[in-house]
Amino acid sequence: MTPTFINIGERTNVTGSAKFKKLIQADDYEAALQVALQQVENGAQIIDVNMDDAMLDSEAAMVRFLNLIASEPAIARVPIMIDSSKWSVIEAGLKCVQGKAVVNSISLKEGEAPFLEQARAIMRYGAAVVVMAFDETGQADTIGRKFEICERSYRLLTEKINFPAEDIIFDPNIFAVATGIEEHNNYAVDFIEATRLIKEGLPHAHVSGGVSNISFSFRGNNAVREAMHSVFLYHAIKAGMDMGIVNAGQLAVYDDIPAELKEAVEDVILNRHPDATDTLLDVAEKYRGEGTKQKVQDLEWRKLDVNARLSHALVRGINEYIDEDVEEARQVASRPLDVIEGPLMDGMNVVGDLFGAGKMFLPQVVKSARVMKQAVSYLLPFMDAEKEDGGEIQSNGKILLATVKGDVHDIGKNIVGVVLQCNNFEVIDLGVMVPAAQILETAEKEGVDMIGLSGLITPSLDEMCHLAGEMQRLGLDLPLLIGGATTSKVHTAVKIHPNYESGQAIHVTDASRAVGVASNLMSRNARVTYLESVREDYEEMARRHAAGQSAAKRQTLSAARANKFKPDWSAYEPTEPAHLGVQVFDSYDLKSLVDYIDWTPFFQTWELAGRYPGILEDELVGETARSLFSDARAMLDQMLREDWLTAKAVIGLWPANSVGDDIHVYTDESRDETLTTLHTLRQQMIKSGDRSNFALSDFLAPRETNVKDYVGAFVVSAGFGADERAEAFKQSQDDYSAIMVQALADRFAEAFAEHMHERVRKEFWGYAADEAFTNEELIAEQYTGIRPAPGYPACPDHTEKSTLWSLLSVEEKIGVQLTDSFAMWPGASVSGLYFAHPESQYFGVGRIEADQVEEYAKRKGVSVDEAERWLAPNLNYIPSKVRAA
Amino acid sequence: MNKRQARLEHLNTSIKDQILVLDGAMGTMIQSYGLSEEDFRGDRFADHNFELKGNGEVLSLSQPHVIKEIHASFLAAGADVLETNTFSATAVAQADYGLEHLVEELNFESAKLAREACDEAEAKDPGRTCYVAGILGPTNRTASISPDVNDPAFRNVSFDDLRETYKIATLALVNGGADIIMVETIFDTLNAKAALFAIEEAYDELGFRLPIMISGTITDQSGRTLSGQTPEAFWNSVKHAAPFSIGLNCALGAKDMRGYIAELSRVAECYVSAHPNAGLPNEFGEYDETPEMMGDALEEFARAGIVNIVGGCCGTTPEHIREFAGRVKEVPPRDVPEIPKRLRLSGLEPFTAAAS
Repeated sequence: MTPTFINIGERTNVTGSAKFKKLIQADDYEAALQVALQQVENGAQIIDVNMDDAMLDSEAAMVRFLNLIASEPAIARVPIMIDSSKWSVIEAGLKCVQGKAVVNSISLKEGEAPFLEQARAIMRYGAAVVVMAFDETGQADTIGRKFEICERSYRLLTEKINFPAEDIIFDPNIFAVATGIEEHNNYAVDFIEATRLIKEGLPHAHVSGGVSNISFSFRGNNAVREAMHSVFLYHAIKAGMDMGIVNAGQLAVYDDIPAELKEAVEDVILNRHPDATDTLLDVAEKYRGEGTKQKVQDLEWRKLDVNARLSHALVRGINEYIDEDVEEARQVASRPLDVIEGPLMDGMNVVGDLFGAGKMFLPQVVKSARVMKQAVSYLLPFMDAEKEDGGEIQSNGKILLATVKGDVHDIGKNIVGVVLQCNNFEVIDLGVMVPAAQILETAEKEGVDMIGLSGLITPSLDEMCHLAGEMQRLGLDLPLLIGGATTSKVHTAVKIHPNYESGQAIHVTDASRAVGVASNLMSRNARVTYLESVREDYEEMARRHAAGQSAAKRQTLSAARANKFKPDWSAYEPTEPAHLGVQVFDSYDLKSLVDYIDWTPFFQTWELAGRYPGILEDELVGETARSLFSDARAMLDQMLREDWLTAKAVIGLWPANSVGDDIHVYTDESRDETLTTLHTLRQQMIKSGDRSNFALSDFLAPRETNVKDYVGAFVVSAGFGADERAEAFKQSQDDYSAIMVQALADRFAEAFAEHMHERVRKEFWGYAADEAFTNEELIAEQYTGIRPAPGYPACPDHTEKSTLWSLLSVEEKIGVQLTDSFAMWPGASVSGLYFAHPESQYFGVGRIEADQVEEYAKRKGVSVDEAERWLAPNLNYIPSKVRAA
Repeated sequence: MNKRQARLEHLNTSIKDQILVLDGAMGTMIQSYGLSEEDFRGDRFADHNFELKGNGEVLSLSQPHVIKEIHASFLAAGADVLETNTFSATAVAQADYGLEHLVEELNFESAKLAREACDEAEAKDPGRTCYVAGILGPTNRTASISPDVNDPAFRNVSFDDLRETYKIATLALVNGGADIIMVETIFDTLNAKAALFAIEEAYDELGFRLPIMISGTITDQSGRTLSGQTPEAFWNSVKHAAPFSIGLNCALGAKDMRGYIAELSRVAECYVSAHPNAGLPNEFGEYDETPEMMGDALEEFARAGIVNIVGGCCGTTPEHIREFAGRVKEVPPRDVPEIPKRLRLSGLEPFTAAAS
């Protein structure tokens, strides 16, 4: 493996990633490890770890995180970059890694003696080093200073202490250009030329840097920033830069930058004339935002020949002229089919290539698909008329997609379907809640090449295992693709695939990966090797998983209970709810919910990563995000105007107390008669310090305290009307809008839950009557009390929903139904419990032991088998083994 | 030039023409003496309040003639290099016997015994040069693996604990007469890195350097060390010590070790050693591979040009060593390859940057 440009993963860095910092501050190292894992899975060849934060014990955090990484082979396989401005933190880190690491960084800032002392120690610890172009007088900004400091460092290192030259990586400082300050104009040239001098004059040394600094003055104009990064790297890599913190796979391709822009950017980067900055500022205006750009180009592209116009319309997702352009193409073609197989397919191939190369993003691709579908539907009548010609479109392959029985979530599946169709796969979509038998029957009847299953809730995982087993029984060998929020590569490898040894189950991370997987499977040349590599990979994963299994020992249920969360009940006086009993809200006003919408997950649905509103200004996806957001707002307005959706809710508040790990809900304040019992699960992981082993019941006063406590429950839905509307869009070949409707309905449901919770706190229960939070604070959950949902980490048992349903008469009152797997229909619904205790908090139950499952089954009055089936993802043991013993 | 310098000069010349032969197992040889608790204690530790049986290292103090006899038997069989009886002579390992305060003495005396045996063999055969490799064993703790399954971030020994005791041991080994320091049976590379750090500190203090031999252990056919590294990743982690040799010992028999020795031979720009076990222990804890079986395998290594140094680990006797010495005597040693200079890093797996 000899990569030419080395990507360094930068997300496990508290100074660079707010998310990572939050996780470390919250002591959530498990989630922090996931960040590291994602970096490695996304192709980082080295991961940078930085714990420099004033609020942290940086040394302790570095040691703990590196020790944890050491126990995760999937992360520990790559080298670590130990990043700190404090030598003590670096040294503590070096004492934890068995591999050969990189220290980031040291410099001559404090003089030669400490520099050499640190370098000598680094050598002894067996690490490579990043040296900053920084000396006693400051950071180097000119070519001369950069090279001079690097050369001096190099000589000191190689001559005085024999530091291996190949283990030296220089960071000659990338600074912003085009800032308007004349002295800054040459910064890029300074870096590039210094790089060239370093590579020529200092044999074997490497050059690294943080690229995005260069374009800092064009924040908000991503087209220009991307072009600047691309031009800068083009020259810097040619000069010898060989590693860096940069999203190399997602930069504008140097050759694709419009000539005018490239010229202007190149003038700035290479400082070719004094007015370069002003010129770029002028040119940049044309590329700022979409509006200007499209207006300018509208006039231009209509003058192109018809094939070029079709291609342009597909790539840009413009459907205004598609019918007339297709008609024009049809008239010159000998058969209508030729239009599809010729210019339209060519255009879609461009889309597929750009998407595959990370140069187009999902929302754009879905828009392209909409244009394609409209074009095809325009041609269909002509094709039917010529049926005798016998033209059938040659597809790349036929794939059956379905959301499994018991599950109703299908946004992700729909996106995968669209993306595959864009790449000329024939997609048979059986929709949601599809029983295994129907999937298999259709697969056989249609002769599909592969089956793709989707699922969002945990019970769907079992259904996927079942279907895999059925395929095995029937002797099939079709590839089985697995996707959806709860699915994972490890689950696919360890649980699904072993049921289907006759074929291969393959996990597909997201829509952007689906095409690659499907294409590999359809390729005569690549298929066998691809399947072999997947199989090997999964076997290895299963083996590692088995090896890691024993490492998750839990404590006994009684020990966990002894460490339950015990607030001082004598000092706690619960607020009596203003409205006891059940309340129904029919046709809730959607307008009042708009301000409660958390947009960040909306962008995630479209596979755009980043937080709202920052994402709108994001360097990479900002432009796409803005366009998506404006489409969403437009549809949202129409939705409200035309009453597309109906929102309904039912909530209830009752007297209640905890009894052991259960919650007794009483008919009235006498607390004599139990209306129902809610069963909660307790954490069994070993806790350090004074952290408790939580169960939700801990947040309610125990019966014996005689404290009059209360609990609430709710179901809200904003999904009535969404499925019909989405279906109508699909019928009119507009998947983009279909997916948009569903995504917005989901957002409304979440907003509704947030809004209703606020009303409960202030009004119906009234324990926080005076609270005043902004929407951001609400999303950040800064209020008192929690609303945990069955099926989520604090309450992983989906079957508890059936208790909620009878308690609130949900189906009768508002019509939200439960499937066999306890998914809610309509899908855009949220349910849960309300707890008011000021110290109540969200937590994850995590893995639990047989002792608790057996007792829980008894409490719930179900068999252990059944409890184990529903709690499968949370079991810390393999059920049959435990019972046989 | 002192005698040690003269020997090292000879070592550096002869290793270019000949395969160097290490001795065999100390532990299993001691077992064959059937020593009792009283024997282990000797007079000196008669009243020690820990059981000492099984603490092979203490024999250097309580029964030095046994250790010297074993050394002499390996030299008589044709070994060029003796390994000191110090595998567990670290504070970390001796704590189990309440003897952690004797680290310096154990290492010093053991090196002295080995040197004496060498001097006697050289006196008998004036043309001969015999070397003492001072052994730093892995200890019974791991710095990069948690012993507590519930707390993967926990460690029961730190880099600094190890570094401290390894430094004391190294100084004592050198002062007792070692020509070479050998870090062996490495199952956790972080322990080894602590040892290598300590060795450099000791050399700073001494004012001179001795060659360093490094030998890891691949524990099973996964082809990785216990701590999870592949052979090349392991090499990248330790090559900063600029060792005289890198190799593998223990755990596997000769045949099963071949692929991993070949990998080290390909990547390492220093000499390569192999001193395997006499196979895996059978159900009685005995080692079954005969001198002939192991000799066949090691001779094949030699003819394939993948080793410079051979010897034996657990279960190998003077008969084994005699066989090995005979088998490799006429075979030219591996040529040390010139490895292009590259930034070579590692996690559990190796990472090599492109040419710069």
